[in-house]
Amino acid sequence: MIFSLAVYAAPSVQASDSAYRFATALLAQGYTLYRVFFYIDGVHHGNEFITPPQDEINLSTRWQQLAQTHDVDLVICIASALRRGILDETEAERYEKSGYNLAPGFTIGGLGQLLDAAVTSDRLITFGS
Amino acid sequence: MSKKILFISRRSPYGLSYARDALDALLAASVYDQDIGILFMDDGVFQLLKQQDSSNIAQKNLAAILPALELYEIKKIYVQRESLEARRLGASDLVLDDLHIIDNEEVRQLLAQQDQLLSF
Repeated sequence: MIFSLAVYAAPSVQASDSAYRFATALLAQGYTLYRVFFYIDGVHHGNEFITPPQDEINLSTRWQQLAQTHDVDLVICIASALRRGILDETEAERYEKSGYNLAPGFTIGGLGQLLDAAVTSDRLITFGS
Repeated sequence: MSKKILFISRRSPYGLSYARDALDALLAASVYDQDIGILFMDDGVFQLLKQQDSSNIAQKNLAAILPALELYEIKKIYVQRESLEARRLGASDLVLDDLHIIDNEEVRQLLAQQDQLLSF
């Protein structure tokens, strides 16, 4: 069974943690996680500049490790990301910004990739709606 | 083979960006040749009001965006009857004419028919 997740919740919201736990649980069961699509406030997960205190969990790092281990596609919605100041090198150049902050392991993509996840997966689970 | 994908929009039009984000996702999805629809329920029915003026809150007027659904050939537009009634609204208050107003039982059947639900 192929799963994808849509995460609308910012890292500070419980639903964000629930999404991660759901992802690890389904992978542990042997299911496939095709894509995690971060939309609306969920795009904050892709901000490399987020710096929580050392005794707190860094959610971006957790997702990166999961993606590396299990080859999961982590996609940040471009429309939501630009509104919230999350840019990769290409977008930073396009909009003449002084820097970029997309965390390694995440890619910036369009809403078509949310639909593609819905079409390709048997289950699409939303967190933070 | 195309999949049946239903967007469910349950939030009020302003305050949070969910209503806009749902429409953006819906319009993007409409070009991929899938069987797409949208259901407005709960406070989401307020998005459909004819009389909307968002100029004082520096937001785009949602009632001006909704007619784009027709241009994108999104024909499956559903509104939950009970949500309208609870808010003392009727078909004549709504900005779109080509809507299917359906009751709870029909909503249940509609959801059961879908391959995927995208909830906003």
